Amino acid sequence: MLQILKYSFFDMIRNRWTFVYMGFFLILTVALFLLSNDITKVVLSMTNIILYLTPLLGILFGSMYYYNSEEFIELLLAQPLSRNAVFTGLYLGIASSLSISLILGVGLPMLFFGALSSPELPAVVLLLFLSVVLSIIFSLLSFIIAMKFKNRIKGFGISIFTWLFFAIIYDGIFLLILLLFKDYPLEKATLGLTVFNPIDLSRILLLLNLDESAMMGYTGAVLQKFLGSQLGTYMILITLALWIIIPFLYILRIGKKKDI
Amino acid sequence: MSFNLLANNIEVCKNCDFQMIESALANANRFDTILIKGGTYKVENLVITKPMVLIGSENAEIISASGDEIITVIADSVSISGLTLSGVTTSYLKERSAIRIKKKKHFAIHHNKILNCFFGIYLEHAKNGSITDNTIIGNATTEAESGNGIHVWYSKRIKIERSQVEKQRDGIYFEFVDHSTIKNNLSQFNKRYGLHFMFSNNNDYVENRFLNNGVGVAVMFSKNILMQSNHFSNNWGSSAYGLLLKEINDSKILNNTFEQNTIGIFVEGSNRVTYRFNTFKRNGWAIKFSGGREENIFHQNNLINNSLDLLVNTKLSSNEFHHNYWSNYSGYDLDHDGIGDIPQYPVKLFSYILDQSPEAIVLMRSLFVDIINFSERVSPVFTPKEVFDAYPLMEEIHDTSN
Amino acid sequence: MIQVTNLNKRFKKNHVLRDLNLELNQPGITALLGPNGSGKTTLVKSILGLVITDTGQILYDSKETKGQFLYRHQISYLPQIARFPENLTGRELLQLMKSIRPNPVKEEMLLNLFELHKELDKKMSEMSGGTKQKFNLVLCFMYDAPTIILDEPSTGLDPLALIALKAYLIEEKKKGKQILLITHILNLVEELADNVVFILDGKIYYQGGIKELIEKQQVQNLEIAIANILRTDAANS
Repeated sequence: MLQILKYSFFDMIRNRWTFVYMGFFLILTVALFLLSNDITKVVLSMTNIILYLTPLLGILFGSMYYYNSEEFIELLLAQPLSRNAVFTGLYLGIASSLSISLILGVGLPMLFFGALSSPELPAVVLLLFLSVVLSIIFSLLSFIIAMKFKNRIKGFGISIFTWLFFAIIYDGIFLLILLLFKDYPLEKATLGLTVFNPIDLSRILLLLNLDESAMMGYTGAVLQKFLGSQLGTYMILITLALWIIIPFLYILRIGKKKDI
Repeated sequence: MSFNLLANNIEVCKNCDFQMIESALANANRFDTILIKGGTYKVENLVITKPMVLIGSENAEIISASGDEIITVIADSVSISGLTLSGVTTSYLKERSAIRIKKKKHFAIHHNKILNCFFGIYLEHAKNGSITDNTIIGNATTEAESGNGIHVWYSKRIKIERSQVEKQRDGIYFEFVDHSTIKNNLSQFNKRYGLHFMFSNNNDYVENRFLNNGVGVAVMFSKNILMQSNHFSNNWGSSAYGLLLKEINDSKILNNTFEQNTIGIFVEGSNRVTYRFNTFKRNGWAIKFSGGREENIFHQNNLINNSLDLLVNTKLSSNEFHHNYWSNYSGYDLDHDGIGDIPQYPVKLFSYILDQSPEAIVLMRSLFVDIINFSERVSPVFTPKEVFDAYPLMEEIHDTSN
Repeated sequence: MIQVTNLNKRFKKNHVLRDLNLELNQPGITALLGPNGSGKTTLVKSILGLVITDTGQILYDSKETKGQFLYRHQISYLPQIARFPENLTGRELLQLMKSIRPNPVKEEMLLNLFELHKELDKKMSEMSGGTKQKFNLVLCFMYDAPTIILDEPSTGLDPLALIALKAYLIEEKKKGKQILLITHILNLVEELADNVVFILDGKIYYQGGIKELIEKQQVQNLEIAIANILRTDAANS
């Protein structure tokens, strides 16, 4: 498995799309710093972009990589290797290369513009951490999609829809529910609904750490107590971990039954 | 009025002629000075019937034996200072307090400490007095079981300065109080309002700090008010705000700072009010306007890093709204005159949604919300088209006149 | 060595393998023939564990293969399409293979045979289809496995490489290996194969010698024999 991880990482890291990916975040971060020297503002703008773009790019790169590796997977599985080892190795290869290019692309400019000595350092670290988590989750989802749908066009379509769903449609439905049932106590339902969307979870965790927690004061006691507390932060982190573990186990499960 | 030129000093202490304050009061003449020396005195209600000076020294402490009111002043020209008062307990029948001035004038209450009392200082029908340099710290746990720190009712020309009020129901309470000044006080951790006043006209509130109060500061049904250089911070909660203005007319709100409140200013009806040089920083909402408002002037304010700047859910007419600094202004200033070339529209659709459904806060800064904000901005349906700042400033602005 | 009993596999509605029974015990080259979609590749992939069968059993050396992977040490497989991670060099690809499957005994010999030394440091994306197929062959042949399964090995090879391939296969046959060959090129079959397995509609239609197959159809050569079989099949269905 480690050998597959190693070589698929080598393969990915030399991929020109990986450079495009890293270069994109590099240019974006530098551009934001050139527009505003205020690191708080940069982190806030980054939040919006990163929370939505890393899932999109993660899910597209993931399915692209899987589809391009189909023959290679066939070759690997014809060797004396277990299916778990092959799929885990390949997945970790793409996840690690995406994560590293993301960390370099965003982290280097941050370092250069003085994030280490800034009071926003925890927020910067959290932003990087969450963007890596989101890349991991959405590339997992992309693997699931690519493994389930042999037809690439269909696979890409469903990947893009999955992204649209979590990035926009879900929140639209969420808001609709909140407005339709506004006369009922909705705090627990609200908490419940955020759990099912990793982008929402990440966004809320970031907001809680970016002084936007201010706004949380406006909502009722349950939300405020839960989200504003250590417990809330831990619950969000645990839920995000589940968002990684469950799809990963699901990939292994599909892998066991899949015809190559 | 007769002048007693032979005013005496009467001392109260363990080894003095008078060991009890009650007997000293009984023996004092008009305009005498009673010096209460170090020690603890348990008393029942002390009623002061003559003009006199009451001075505590060496940490003299007076404790209410039965929990009843400690000092009731029913004479003019009384001064009370240097005392530590405690032990007035909650009563649901009587608003008992550490010090009460009843229908009198020319009093001075200064440098006292009032600890764990139901009401602190209580003025009713009082005139021309001052309350300065006092520290009033209560032990309020619930709004219903606690009283106010400085309670002023039907009074005129009162000066409250450099005092500190904590953990009461309302820090400072004014009802039917005119021509008074509240300056340089600190009011914090009160269960309800840091400052609460109603039906009180022609008053000045200057350089006070109102921090961490349950619901902030409420100013209602009053006119000709000056609120200047005050600090309103850290008032968090579902119905909390820095400052609530309800039916306030012909007033000025200048140079104040509103920082980290759920709502900076909540306006329910105000006419001819000028808001200038105020700074709103990191509030949930900087300002929320509801209820009719006319001819208000809102300019040269700074709105910095608030989650949402403005909510207006009322019909507006003839308000001036310009030359403010908005930290989230995304326009440009090509002619470098310090004023953005395109107007700032500070009212977001999401403000409205939050107003309807507070739980929607968890969608703050989501892509979906950005999209609906943008589409509302392009073709306004819910948000008022007439609320915009045609001359948004490119830099923060501060009052340089003083 | 390979024993297949009552094997069934459906891809959705398509019943590809129907109660297929097959025994491949003798060494030598066996050609797997059959029209497109008859189930040749599916059968081979089932033996390799790439396709998960519905029912039936596949034994390798008398051992159940389902869910196992270690038995594949005994099998070398040449996939039909030679596509590798594009940004790896030939050398890295070989290293990768060696790291997951040690003891390549004939790496040097094969690199010489297919003249690949000068291509080792090129990226896969820069190689021609033929060169990739040569690497494919090296990856497959460099192990000394008793069973070799080849899916269209001649694809994209130049005549020289093809001659080398044939010579190599004959040599391996002499060593007593079991070689399973899927190909559409009947010349290759006639030239190399000892036996033929003909699959039709998911079943074994014929298993045995080439000569016997031709005689049975009463025709001159393999090509016409097969054409005959297909024609009768189409008429029957």
